[in-house]
Amino acid sequence: MANKVNLRRRQILIGSVAAGIAGTAAASVHDGELGAPPQTVRGSVPWKEGTADAPPGASGTGYVYFTPPEAAFIEAAVGRLIPNDPVGPGAVEANVPFFLDRQLAGPFGRGDHYYLGGPWPKGTPEQGYQSRFNPAQFYRAAIAAIDQYVSANLGAVTFAKLAAADQDKLLKGMESGEVKLDRGVDSKSFFAMFLQNTKEGYFSDPIYGGNKDMAAWKMIGFPGAHYNYKDWVTRHGEAVPFPAVGFKGRPGWRET
Amino acid sequence: MTTALKPVDAVLVGFGWTGAIMGQQLCDAGLNVVALERGPWRDTPTDFATGFAQDELRYMWRHHLFQNVSDDTLTIRNNVNQEALPMRHLGSFLLGTGVGSGGVHWNGQIWRFLPTDFLTKSHNEKRYGKKAVSAYDMTVQDWGVTYDELEPHYDQFDKLCGTCGKAGNLQGKIQSGGNPFEGPRANEFPNPPMQQTYGPTLFGKAAAELGRHPFPHPTGNMSQAYTNPLGAQMGACTYCGFCEKFGCGNYSKASPQTTVLPYLLQKSNFTLKTECEVLRVELTADKKRATGVTYVNSAGEEFFQPAEMVILSAYVLQNVRLLLLSGIGKPYDPKTDEGVVGKNYAYQTMSSVNVFFDDKLMNPFIGAGALATVIDDFNGDNFDHGGLGFIGGAYIAGMITGGRPIEMIYTPQNTPAWGLEWKHAAAKNYLRSFSLSVHGSCMSARGNYLDLDPTYRDIHGRPMLRMTFDFTENDHKMSDYLTDRAAEVAKAMNPREIKLNRRTGSWSVVPYQTTHNTGGAIMGDSPKNSVVNKYLQSWDVPNVFSMGSGAFPQNAGYNPTGTVAALAYLSADAIKSQYLKNPGPLVRG
Repeated sequence: MANKVNLRRRQILIGSVAAGIAGTAAASVHDGELGAPPQTVRGSVPWKEGTADAPPGASGTGYVYFTPPEAAFIEAAVGRLIPNDPVGPGAVEANVPFFLDRQLAGPFGRGDHYYLGGPWPKGTPEQGYQSRFNPAQFYRAAIAAIDQYVSANLGAVTFAKLAAADQDKLLKGMESGEVKLDRGVDSKSFFAMFLQNTKEGYFSDPIYGGNKDMAAWKMIGFPGAHYNYKDWVTRHGEAVPFPAVGFKGRPGWRET
Repeated sequence: MTTALKPVDAVLVGFGWTGAIMGQQLCDAGLNVVALERGPWRDTPTDFATGFAQDELRYMWRHHLFQNVSDDTLTIRNNVNQEALPMRHLGSFLLGTGVGSGGVHWNGQIWRFLPTDFLTKSHNEKRYGKKAVSAYDMTVQDWGVTYDELEPHYDQFDKLCGTCGKAGNLQGKIQSGGNPFEGPRANEFPNPPMQQTYGPTLFGKAAAELGRHPFPHPTGNMSQAYTNPLGAQMGACTYCGFCEKFGCGNYSKASPQTTVLPYLLQKSNFTLKTECEVLRVELTADKKRATGVTYVNSAGEEFFQPAEMVILSAYVLQNVRLLLLSGIGKPYDPKTDEGVVGKNYAYQTMSSVNVFFDDKLMNPFIGAGALATVIDDFNGDNFDHGGLGFIGGAYIAGMITGGRPIEMIYTPQNTPAWGLEWKHAAAKNYLRSFSLSVHGSCMSARGNYLDLDPTYRDIHGRPMLRMTFDFTENDHKMSDYLTDRAAEVAKAMNPREIKLNRRTGSWSVVPYQTTHNTGGAIMGDSPKNSVVNKYLQSWDVPNVFSMGSGAFPQNAGYNPTGTVAALAYLSADAIKSQYLKNPGPLVRG
């Protein structure tokens, strides 16, 4: 019975996500976005049916933000950050490049939750992100600067054409900040954002385009966003046999 | 063009926990109350329904429920010799916004401070000497309020939230199974503790073997269904592991939405306006009295809301900023040590120890915001600090708030952050690791304070708040000592290996630590040493009250919300019983 109720909820949710993607629900401002109209609440809770703040899932195929040279960098680099092997999927196999593309094409890429006003001194490491670029601009500038660095110093045309070991070496140099890039890009700052976003794509709900087939969750043993573990709280040390499930369900769910 | 509105008895600036509590208290006293919230309206079925609330990317990493810093943030630096720069992205702390604010996306960890925590200066000075409280430029103070005065109000908040736990000290009698170090409680917790999963259970056994005193973490995650004194109903927690940074779709976590709003919103003398940001408190020409507040809504319309009383019930950083912007009280100057507004900003000193097993499944995804077994043996002055070179302490919690995989995969010492080695470590350790949290106090010090930034301005043209902060030597020593104590328990759990995540170096805005910012509008027994009296009433402008953790003269080794709420109730009591009859200073300065 509980399953049935749950299923119905998820179907409603998926319905509203689809509406969001098609743009028919575009009139509502998502929570967390600025600019919702002022509202006066008095006398009761102003709940309205059918207005659930459904997640802004990814849709379509192919890249909408990355140019072909950028896509070549991204696919090569995420494959080094999380390589493929029998233990579990690599970032490419988990569809992380597509996730990154949709993130950068959307509100995150536009820096909707970043303060980007000036002035822009460099700052200390403790002061965190201090670029004028929003994330989409930052990726664009960084990828061009990295390929420029490769062709000037490493004897290949682009990062994607380097041998895997050389790619790793360069990524390590960016991680530590030893690699100095042009175009106003701080390599350490870019690496930190890139690695974080890659792990986000690897482990977030498949609704956002990455974590294909929930394979990253299956690799570590995370069963997804289950609603209720009450029966398992005191079953100490036992393997929980729940199959992985995402917001859109899992293979084998009846689509009725 | 500012439109003047009809006067009200009280205006609430911000509508999280303290706004909800003050709204309920003042409306029940018959006052006409308007609450102004700069963020959006939020309710459980619309904004965090169970079908989509458990979304790590959206809520944790894309900051869906947090303050959007794109048009208003603060500037940060470690010391007065640095140039403060904007916090361009949330990290170290995750500020709330919207109805319920941080009360929506907190963990529900409900603590009382120790009786001696309210006497930080006098108690430690008496026991360890003058130097113990003045070393490292510390500026710790007594609170001007005692545990005994707050106890009935802690109790009020416990009943509102349905706090689940086991008393360790009932009316002075130590109870087995609870925290023997806590101050005396008049009553047992309203609800029994949560059930413990494997990790916290192993932690409790190991701690007991070492002679410590483990007990279940007091929690606002419901162990069973509960109806609070306002008639609001909550359901039993399902241990889904998405509390902190998330809203609860199950009505199982105490929040303004689940405990106060169903009652308060029905009252005809209460009005809530969302997307309305207060720009400043307006004062009479002699600056002795507030006349109301000026605010602007998301449509850009500006209003003046006249009010007999102004309650600053926003987050500490906004309350302090509004005091500074409105010219209420004298701003603190660290060079001369004069002034009080912005003084004694403090934080929380966090560290942790990870534990890795080969043979035991921790199932970290079964969790809740305050699902933990805790020891309090090394908190506050629960232990002898003689010869240790620091004051304060921490609770150590074997805690499992959840197993959200982007944030909470623990890998052993020296594991790289990426590549095959990282992936293999993640795959191997996710189900078999556990974390001990060391939740330490933070003592105030001369160089740590809040003021207005000289350069950066928000979208309204107002100076941003400037935060100058670093951990003191006192807090580093405390944290190292406490992390070692946590490591002892971790080793006694017989794992394959452990990893110590010490609190090293300067405070950084980048990694998430905790949203427990305190001070800047501190309370005390005299206008010389504080911004507000023990009823949170401004010494300078007596019809302005400043709620929240801004009142803490320094921060204890506990989560602040319980004390924040107790102080609000104490303030409401004084307003109702004394102030309304005779509006004016409640304490003679």
